[in-house]
Amino acid sequence: MSRELIFTRFERFWHWTQAVLIFGLLFSGFALHGTHQWIGYDTALRAHIVLALGLIALWAFAIFWHLTTGEWRQYVPTGRGLPAVALYYAYGIFSGETKPFVSTPAAKHNPLQRIAYFGFKVLLAPALWISGLLLLFAAAWRSTALGAVLPLAWVAYVHVAAAFGLLVFLIGHVYMAATTGKPWYAYLKSMVTGYQESDQAPPGSEREVYTPQVERGSKS
Amino acid sequence: MAKPLRTIVLTVLLAAWALHATAELPAADTENRTGAAVRSTTTADHSKFEQLQGPFSSGPEVTEACLGCHTEAATQVHGSVHWTWRYEHPTTGQTLGKRHALNNLCLGIVGSYERCSSCHIGYGWEDEHFDFSAQYKVDCLVCHDRTGTYEKFPTGAGHPAYEDTMFRGRLFEAVDLAHVAQNVGQTSRATCGSCHFHSGGGDAVKHGDLDSSLLAPSQVVDVHMSPEGLDFNCSTCHEFSGHDQAGSRYLVTAAPQHGIAVPGRESDRPACQSCHGDTPHARSIHDKLNQHAEFIACQTCHVPEIARGGLATKTLWDWSTAGRRSEEGMPVVERDAEGLVLYDGMKGDFAWRENYPPVYRWFDGTMRYTELGETIDPSRPVDINRPEGEAPRNGTRSNGARIWPFKVLEGRQPYDDVHQHLVVPRLFGRDETAYWRGYDWTRAIEAGMAEAQRTGQTEAGFSGSHGFVETRMYWPVTHMVAPAEMALSCEACHSAGGRLEGLEGVYIPGRDRHPLIEGLGWAAVMLTLVGVVGHGLTRAVMAQRRRRLRLGDDAGDAS
Repeated sequence: MSRELIFTRFERFWHWTQAVLIFGLLFSGFALHGTHQWIGYDTALRAHIVLALGLIALWAFAIFWHLTTGEWRQYVPTGRGLPAVALYYAYGIFSGETKPFVSTPAAKHNPLQRIAYFGFKVLLAPALWISGLLLLFAAAWRSTALGAVLPLAWVAYVHVAAAFGLLVFLIGHVYMAATTGKPWYAYLKSMVTGYQESDQAPPGSEREVYTPQVERGSKS
Repeated sequence: MAKPLRTIVLTVLLAAWALHATAELPAADTENRTGAAVRSTTTADHSKFEQLQGPFSSGPEVTEACLGCHTEAATQVHGSVHWTWRYEHPTTGQTLGKRHALNNLCLGIVGSYERCSSCHIGYGWEDEHFDFSAQYKVDCLVCHDRTGTYEKFPTGAGHPAYEDTMFRGRLFEAVDLAHVAQNVGQTSRATCGSCHFHSGGGDAVKHGDLDSSLLAPSQVVDVHMSPEGLDFNCSTCHEFSGHDQAGSRYLVTAAPQHGIAVPGRESDRPACQSCHGDTPHARSIHDKLNQHAEFIACQTCHVPEIARGGLATKTLWDWSTAGRRSEEGMPVVERDAEGLVLYDGMKGDFAWRENYPPVYRWFDGTMRYTELGETIDPSRPVDINRPEGEAPRNGTRSNGARIWPFKVLEGRQPYDDVHQHLVVPRLFGRDETAYWRGYDWTRAIEAGMAEAQRTGQTEAGFSGSHGFVETRMYWPVTHMVAPAEMALSCEACHSAGGRLEGLEGVYIPGRDRHPLIEGLGWAAVMLTLVGVVGHGLTRAVMAQRRRRLRLGDDAGDAS
């Protein structure tokens, strides 16, 4: 059994801080939306703003980190190996087959994860950020030319729709990432400790194991 | 030995005196503010004036005495809406004021002058020939009385009771005019309230934010007017200049633009902003409260309920049931357990309410009235007056309209069901055409409409046939401002089914959803949850089965 550092200290800090912020944003956001009344509106609004500003700051750091380290390539979607992983989650996982993917520091995410995280970063997060900032600073633009073409309600609709998307993503993500390892909590544990204890993919298993490589040094 | 002792005694005495003096200061201050003059704020003691020694036999005699020194006062009053009861609306062009505007309380003044003019600041308006240019007919005392003993008699055409007189079971004592005249002074909550708290026929009836609870309100009822606090008079905000007051409910300053009132500059008095400025809320992480002020009137949050002073206001006046009289011919009066009149044979059915939420409308300050003779649609409630204004269009600054609170008074009142317009009956009078004598709507409406034609209020006649139509009146709610901590919470509007439910032209988070996004969103969330749970359960079951199979194999091997 080998122990390998998959998630660096920054990544773990980033992931878990982001997790706390996002759960807080969803909770306070749905309070603002009127879905629940567990906290007052004013509390929810202030919390939502503080958490959002916190998340923006965190993302600024994370984007900088990803760009300078080249780790952004971890999130480039790939079709290679995707059918195998998809088939595994749709079928093989039930019959105890071995997962056709092994995380390495160079390729931490399986092709399914890559697509999901890429979608989150490119679609959901910007939709939430842009619409959220527009809502926060509505007083500054609603009476300008922008306000004439962009009703405030539409901005709010985008924000809410993206929030639903985020909730769907989170449910899937928590289930897949926290319960489908071997043992079931293996991925969760590696996200906490950073280390992956891999006896799960013995070399020479029946399925072809595809491990996409991050091509270091070619940052074109 | 003696010297230290003397020092101690002196010190103690000095300290006691100092304590006494500092304790006195606030008390003296308070007394000053409540009006029990510690030191007079005026330079004249009217009781020393020879002209006011009396005796006076009538109000106009007192007025003549007043005008002897205050030479321009009557002319000034003559220019005020308090005197003219006429208001030319600059926006709608409508001629309003009590002489012209209709209402759904006592409907209109034509023909009933003697009764209605008990709230006119004049003497002797008993028919349409009243001389509006007569200086001696101005009633100085009703506004400047400081004794609390001057009261206009309900049917005296503006005169007080000069001898003890009964009215509907209540004694009006003869007024001592010399005593009142010698004690005149600034207007007070009581003098303004003598009409404005009792408008519509009784205490608290009409406005819902003006009633006798404001004579000495607690801070909870009115944070500005309370003697416990700032002890404002009406005229503290409704500033008078040359007997002309600031503030009108026909043309409300709905969205003040001038900020804090600075002497010499244009001011929006009596608007809240005149003192509080445009950004009175403390910023937190956000500045949303101040931003709300661009499209929400201060009153919307800070006057959270109507009739907050413990007195119920009238919410319904149904004239169609009026007319029931006892065998002796007296109008029947029915009251509820608390003494509120629910039925009056002279007036019909009433409903009352206290401490209840207003309705909210976009309002740019202009009230448009349904005029006498204007065609109406009797199949729907007719708005006697309607607040104008709508939400600013996307991409534009405020158009002057903000969301305002209103008391809505529901009514049911006579109309001409042939010509389809509202009518004014003559209610009060000394002959049988008056409804309150003859109890005959047809004759009362004929008399009222004939009078309205004579005075030029309308050219519309009466067909001779009447019905009753549902009506509504909107009264802006602006008084009885609550302490800040009692202002509406965010949830009051930012929630489904909240205070602003149904108000169009604005997106309100917490109230508004896109049904499709909501439906698809929750469907996607539920499907994902079901999928995840199903996937997990299947995994668990399959793993269990594999384990059992393995165990079975092991058992087989062992045998």
